[in-house]
Amino acid sequence: MLLNRREFIKLSSLLGAGTVVSPLLLGGCSAHPLPGAGQVSKTPTFCDMCFWKCAGFVYRENGEPWKIHGNDNDLHSEGRLCTRGTAGLGNYEDPDRLQKPLLRVTAADGRQTFREASWDEALGYITERMNSIAEQYGADRFAMLNHGYGARHFSHLMRAWGSGSSAEPAFAQCRGPRDVGFKLTFGEGLGSPERTDMEHSRCIVLIGSHIGENLHNGQVQTLANAWRRNATVITVDPRFSVPAGKSKYWLPIKPGTDLALLLAWMHVLIDEKLYDSDYVQRYTTGFDRLREHVARYSPEWVYLETGIQPELIRTTAREMAASAPATLIHPGRHTVWYGDDTQRSRAIAILNALLGSWGRKGGLYIQEKVRLAKFPLPAYPKPKSTFKAAHGARYPFAYKGVSNAIIEASIGDDAHYKGLLVYGTNLPMTIPGIRPQLRAAMDSLELVVVVDTMPSEITGYADVVLPECTYLERYDDLRNSGERHPSLALRMPVFEPRHESKPGWWMARELGHRLGLEKYFPWEDYSEVLDWQLKQVGSSLQEMQNIGVKNFPRTRPRYFVEGQPVQFRTPSGKIELYSQQLADQGFDPMPEYTRPEQPPQGYYHLNYGRMPAHTFGKTTNNALLFQLAPENTLWVNPLVASAQGIENGEYVRLANPDGIVSNRIRVRVTERIRPDSVFMAHGFGHRSRRLRLTHDAGADDSELMTNVKVDPIMGGTGMRGNFVTIVRENA
Amino acid sequence: MARYAMVIDTLLCIGCGDCVVACKTENKVPEGLNRDWVVEATRGTYPNLTTEFRSERCNHCSHATCVYMCPTGASHHWKDTNIVLVDPNKCTGCKACIAACPYDARLIMHPGGYIDKCTFCHHRVEKGLDPACVSTCPTHCMYFGLLDDPSSEVSELLRTRNYKVLAPETGNQPNVYYLT
Repeated sequence: MLLNRREFIKLSSLLGAGTVVSPLLLGGCSAHPLPGAGQVSKTPTFCDMCFWKCAGFVYRENGEPWKIHGNDNDLHSEGRLCTRGTAGLGNYEDPDRLQKPLLRVTAADGRQTFREASWDEALGYITERMNSIAEQYGADRFAMLNHGYGARHFSHLMRAWGSGSSAEPAFAQCRGPRDVGFKLTFGEGLGSPERTDMEHSRCIVLIGSHIGENLHNGQVQTLANAWRRNATVITVDPRFSVPAGKSKYWLPIKPGTDLALLLAWMHVLIDEKLYDSDYVQRYTTGFDRLREHVARYSPEWVYLETGIQPELIRTTAREMAASAPATLIHPGRHTVWYGDDTQRSRAIAILNALLGSWGRKGGLYIQEKVRLAKFPLPAYPKPKSTFKAAHGARYPFAYKGVSNAIIEASIGDDAHYKGLLVYGTNLPMTIPGIRPQLRAAMDSLELVVVVDTMPSEITGYADVVLPECTYLERYDDLRNSGERHPSLALRMPVFEPRHESKPGWWMARELGHRLGLEKYFPWEDYSEVLDWQLKQVGSSLQEMQNIGVKNFPRTRPRYFVEGQPVQFRTPSGKIELYSQQLADQGFDPMPEYTRPEQPPQGYYHLNYGRMPAHTFGKTTNNALLFQLAPENTLWVNPLVASAQGIENGEYVRLANPDGIVSNRIRVRVTERIRPDSVFMAHGFGHRSRRLRLTHDAGADDSELMTNVKVDPIMGGTGMRGNFVTIVRENA
Repeated sequence: MARYAMVIDTLLCIGCGDCVVACKTENKVPEGLNRDWVVEATRGTYPNLTTEFRSERCNHCSHATCVYMCPTGASHHWKDTNIVLVDPNKCTGCKACIAACPYDARLIMHPGGYIDKCTFCHHRVEKGLDPACVSTCPTHCMYFGLLDDPSSEVSELLRTRNYKVLAPETGNQPNVYYLT
């Protein structure tokens, strides 16, 4: 075998590069070259399979795509990509990718379809409509909804154009409550990657956060590190999640009662004087009011709400205190649950403050990024209105755009928004129960542009679809995330864009030039911008094309120095246990527990989450990942299966009280779920026929979420107050 | 015989399947086939539960029944090690090895007309690298090395931790170890 391989190399080198790799040997047996025996090259990138943005190298063998592996110098990945990152080539090779620009046309019989268009025609059409909207209503009436790093090129275009309205579902459908809750308390959010210092934590508390099922790479790796060091992990989850199975304590809580438990923990810490009194005195304000406030949340009272034994509440609180300040009450990420989510996040923030973990080793560290100069460009015009026009005074602490509010403000003839650009986010499967409003908005809007790599459901709503090339075929902005120390990473084209797809920067520049915004796009190729920026920090594009990641030393400490004075970015300059800001707006200044709605007879809590093989619905058509997880399953407890007469492996549908019935989903009978709940991974049940692998596979949780609990503080769409009943497929 | 072992810490494995994808891309495994896979085993009733995840593959047995049963000599131990390989040029696809394998670790059937399986990435081992799955695992729960070397990480782990192998009763002497 080894001999054959050596023979083969000689042969192929004679045949020259680019020859098909299947030479015939004597006897007609085909050779079986070992992986990597050919001409191997590697190109740096950072991943776009999720938002974690891990840096790695893409390997090609004899010019053909081979594999992707992490970059050892990268803080986000420590040289190891996750399941999805490793499968990144599946996105590049997906045969269902968008290939050419598409324009909506109405046929003679009145039916609307797409026809392929040239870039010139598609961009010309968009330019004409954007100009018309600007003339009739103003440039600010054109909004953007986006997800992903490539959106930056379009944010730049929008701001140059005079629009002040953009929103990411990452705020109101995901991280918003958490970041608002922490900002209200500490004056700062958590960032992404989060500032959690788990590699040094001695105690970690996960509140419904199923790290390991979500593969946020750095989170998984640092939590694994904590397990390796035998740190005490306490997991609160109604489901026996992957981290629950590896925790010293698993608290199988009644769904929706987490806030009661958090208040009971504060009660114990204060009652037993286990909190960090020096830290609390030095850095916080409102402690006396907090003590009074939590006095009534005794473990005995909270037991009745949560089902967690009082003694277990006390023991776990003592464990937290014993390891403090190297104790992390994990802030989570997807935190839009029950509509009181900012308050629950506040409770998590306050608990961290009582333990003195913010700014301390093993708790929440101080991030630092590279001071990277912006490419010199003229200032943006001041937009006539901002994203706040979408929700008015409703959500006073929404410091970012609320995506669902922008859609609602696009409905009707007198709607504020007249045009919408959607970049990289599949809205019907992203915002709970949004489909009716989305349909109405799309009817009203004068222009809907969708930029995507795949024919996701949202493309069906567009007037114009622009096919972007994948992350493996383009430059994007340098990655410069706040991290343990400053670092930069480069994304660059590994391959030429397939078909007629184009990089986002190219589309933004072309549109910019057509719209008369040339001065905002004074480059031919985006690599010029990157090179200029890199040269300001002593590197260059050429250097980064070799190394992919460049690390810089820290310029300030990662943790507070013992006893140092700290000015927090809150109105009081202190950590605000009692929030005057909230009180002034008529909200509870300290978190209050409200009992969650209970399912009607015959209904179950619809519990949902992630699976490690997929990033929402974004990767389900990737052939490598599809093979690993082709559909989601409905987790049901054996008691439920027996009561409903359903068996493991059979298909059922779910119905909600509003009459919405899901696509079919396969039953998985497991003890890992409570009998009052069912669970499914989010991201399946695609209806787009053009996604040929994933079309019709599994069910979509988001369409069942018609009971949305809106967080009045920041507009988040709470998704966990939904109930479903099981409908047998053949009944 | 030099003995290479893989040691997998089930206390750290999260069942993410990264090892499966890393193997598929590294070894260009055809669509629909896998050389490794992940098993989840849950015991108990709610809420008294344990769950174990195991990344499984060919055990590269020291006494490999597949090698003994192969009529053409295609299945063989590589270079006087325990690493079991199949020579595609000798394999007729008769499937005797599939019947002989206690771990169901052989793929039916590579489109090239032979039985395929995990190679412990011997093409990487030869260069001093870990197998693709080991070098990719995000929780670092997998280890690879020589059992003959008492100072190797794998020897050290088996000396200091509790472990098990799968189906020891077969007498095949498997070389994939699970820390428990």
